[in-house]
Amino acid sequence: MVYRRYAFIAVVVSVLVLVVVLVGASQVPPLTIVASMAATTLAVATPLTLGALSGVFCERSGVVNLGIEGMMLAAAFSGWFGSIYASAVLGIPPLPSLLLGVVIAVATGALLGLLLAALAVTYSVDQILAGTVINLLAVGLTGFFNRQLFFGPASAFGGQVPHAPGVLPRLHVPLLADLPVVGPVFEQQPIAVAAVVLVGLTHLVLFRTRWGLRARAVGEHPRAAATVGIDVVRVRYVNVVIGGAIAGLGGAYFTLESVPSFEPMMTNGRGFISLAAMIFGDWTPFGSWAAALVFGAAQAFQINLQLFRDQIPPSWSFLQQSSVVGLVPYLLTLLILTGVIGKTTPPAADGQPYEPEGRR
Amino acid sequence: MKAVLEARGITKRFSGVLANDRVDLDLGEGEIHALLGENGAGKSTLMNILYGLVRPDEGELRRSGRPVSLRSPSDAIALGIGMVHQHFMLIPVFTVAENIVLGAEPVRRGLLDRGSASAEVRGLSARYGLDVDPDARVEDLPVGVQQRVEILKALYRKAEILILDEPTAVLTPQEVDELFRVLRGLTSRGVSVLFITHKLREVLAVADRVTVMRAGKVVGAAIPAETDERGLAAMMVGREVVLQVSKAPARPKAVVLEVERLGVAGRRGSGGDAVRDVSFSVRAGEILGIAGVQGNGQTELVEAVTGLSPARDGRVLLRGRDVTGALPRALIERGVSHVPEDRQRHGLVLSYSVADNLVLCTYHRAPFAVRGVLRDDAREENARRLIKAYDIRAPGPGTPVSALSGGNQQKVILAREMSRPVELLVASQPTRGVDVGSIEHIHREIVAARDAGAAVLLVSAELDEILALSDRIAVMYRGGLVAMRDAGAVSRTELGMLMAGVLPGEAAPAPGAGEEAAPASAAGGAEA
Repeated sequence: MVYRRYAFIAVVVSVLVLVVVLVGASQVPPLTIVASMAATTLAVATPLTLGALSGVFCERSGVVNLGIEGMMLAAAFSGWFGSIYASAVLGIPPLPSLLLGVVIAVATGALLGLLLAALAVTYSVDQILAGTVINLLAVGLTGFFNRQLFFGPASAFGGQVPHAPGVLPRLHVPLLADLPVVGPVFEQQPIAVAAVVLVGLTHLVLFRTRWGLRARAVGEHPRAAATVGIDVVRVRYVNVVIGGAIAGLGGAYFTLESVPSFEPMMTNGRGFISLAAMIFGDWTPFGSWAAALVFGAAQAFQINLQLFRDQIPPSWSFLQQSSVVGLVPYLLTLLILTGVIGKTTPPAADGQPYEPEGRR
Repeated sequence: MKAVLEARGITKRFSGVLANDRVDLDLGEGEIHALLGENGAGKSTLMNILYGLVRPDEGELRRSGRPVSLRSPSDAIALGIGMVHQHFMLIPVFTVAENIVLGAEPVRRGLLDRGSASAEVRGLSARYGLDVDPDARVEDLPVGVQQRVEILKALYRKAEILILDEPTAVLTPQEVDELFRVLRGLTSRGVSVLFITHKLREVLAVADRVTVMRAGKVVGAAIPAETDERGLAAMMVGREVVLQVSKAPARPKAVVLEVERLGVAGRRGSGGDAVRDVSFSVRAGEILGIAGVQGNGQTELVEAVTGLSPARDGRVLLRGRDVTGALPRALIERGVSHVPEDRQRHGLVLSYSVADNLVLCTYHRAPFAVRGVLRDDAREENARRLIKAYDIRAPGPGTPVSALSGGNQQKVILAREMSRPVELLVASQPTRGVDVGSIEHIHREIVAARDAGAAVLLVSAELDEILALSDRIAVMYRGGLVAMRDAGAVSRTELGMLMAGVLPGEAAPAPGAGEEAAPASAAGGAEA
């Protein structure tokens, strides 16, 4: 089953790259196109990777996190606003402002994680509903504050969005980034780099530490964990808050790393796609990352195709339609979730509220 | 004898119900002490209190004479109290070693130290003679071995007191003997064992002392050598109980049910078929008992016969007519009655009243419905009649069935299934979790159904039940029927061997290695 999934990933990615290479071949050497696709894929997969890791943290401990989308959106807004406030009102230089924005975004995610934990763990609210509540809350609150702060003459900033401090600068990975052709792949912005590091870190924590073993035990069989003295409620709270913080970092990508502005509902379903990535990745960090990269490749496909728009042969003119190409990630999501590519197994107690001892 | 654990005047109420009423118990050092009682007698509550899972409302616990208070299992563990739960508290996808060290994991430089975890498990299993592979995944192990993992889990935590909750429910007779040997070995090393059960035979076989509970109270104590099954049963139930089912020899008539080379797919992900190439027939007026350890395909067999799940190959014939894949409703109309193994999930609508549950199969017909409209009076009258006839202890027809005890719920199902013409009665684990008094009643009804001319297919994991009721006995192992015997011509021991997959003529496996060694050859034999 695992091989089938990875074969699927390889096939999809190769097809997408091949199409762009074929289209652009007359202008740019194929290797350069491949490198450019790889660089874009890594960058745009960032929020998906982080969203999926957020899901992994929560669901491995038995809490379904359907609120990743909302956590990202809220964090995207609060981080962006924080950075603007710091630079435009407090006069802090751009880079510290942006970093402050990241901290605020992460804190926002953690706070919403705390809310999810309270609803799902303490009050045993249906976890699908709890996640949905967070998504609706994020859409409403970000829209509301966005209007109150920036729209119309009566708003706090008098209808004028202050100048944003830009986006986080690219990091130059020593040596690797200086390679010919493939260099650009190693020139990434900090959140993209952090996402990759977090993949490895999450794997280490979940599968090689005491905490991870206990968290997975709680996600598989909370009662069994409780009988050996593990505090199920505490484990779930901690994991869900960490998951929220990671989703918050994913949110920061949108307004502090990708573009220096905020649009209502700009996460555009990325939180949900990252859940699909997590499922496809069998609730493992590396599997989820691989799946996130497929979605990233689909998006990179769209972006790179734009560059060679004029080269597209007439018989392939449908590729010029950005709305058609933009469908690819969502079609992939559908395909993956139907289970055609193989089913994965969630943690046994995923989504089940834990009722402490009573009468059995 | 020095008491290592004492309970004094323990009282516990659950929403007004008195689960433990001033219970006293003391466990001596190095003894095997059985706590005997029916389901609902308060044994589990007491045990959960002793393990810190439930806090008593009143009373005191003492560990080696010192008063202690247990707020959580961690407190119990710290005091050297370990527990083996009836439903194993193991994580199926973890390895044996991971399960054993969980909660007290060895760590090196911040990371789990798998090497020393495995080594420690190896050391423990050598010391106590409990053979397991630390790196095997628990879900791949037979139940008997999983239980060893549970015991090792407690020993790893330096348990000096081991509480076992109904430890034999899921074991074959051979595994039970093996478990008893292990327990004896533990007590010789100074471990004290509290053994909770409702099986009289086991108490007499292994316990040094017995404490009997009924309705939340301790009603007596005994020493096995000075009592017998009758005496213990009377103490446990509160009156004389007839343990032996009296039945006349069967007078089988025409064949009612024929199952031909039936195959049923396993649950998704389990890999392989749950039922493989099973053929048998049941005649009117006889009881065919299907023995076997839980999970060897009995559930799937019953589901296929009663139309609840599709057969993969083969046929099911009822009075010579092919009913393979027929809908449950069609089977009901042809006189198939079914007492399902999970009464709460498949036998009853828990939130419905007793009266509604009694007409679940017949509500759409006169007199319960007239031109598509339900008739309350007919339903109620029916309920009153059946409540009386089947001795269902319920306040009235309108009582939600969820408010009844397990035994009375089972009587509701039995009453419903027997109150229409029965050609074939399929009874699956009919007395699981039912009190001794009700067991008596249910057994009588099953024999009565046979004597009235029904064919009865009885599936049970309780060997005693199979032996008491069946006219012929088949044994299921790994999805196949491995043997078919006349009830008079088979011994308990032979059945036990067959249930473990050991076919006659084969050498008995060495104790302790049986579960792992036997299956391959036995599975091949099942197909022959």
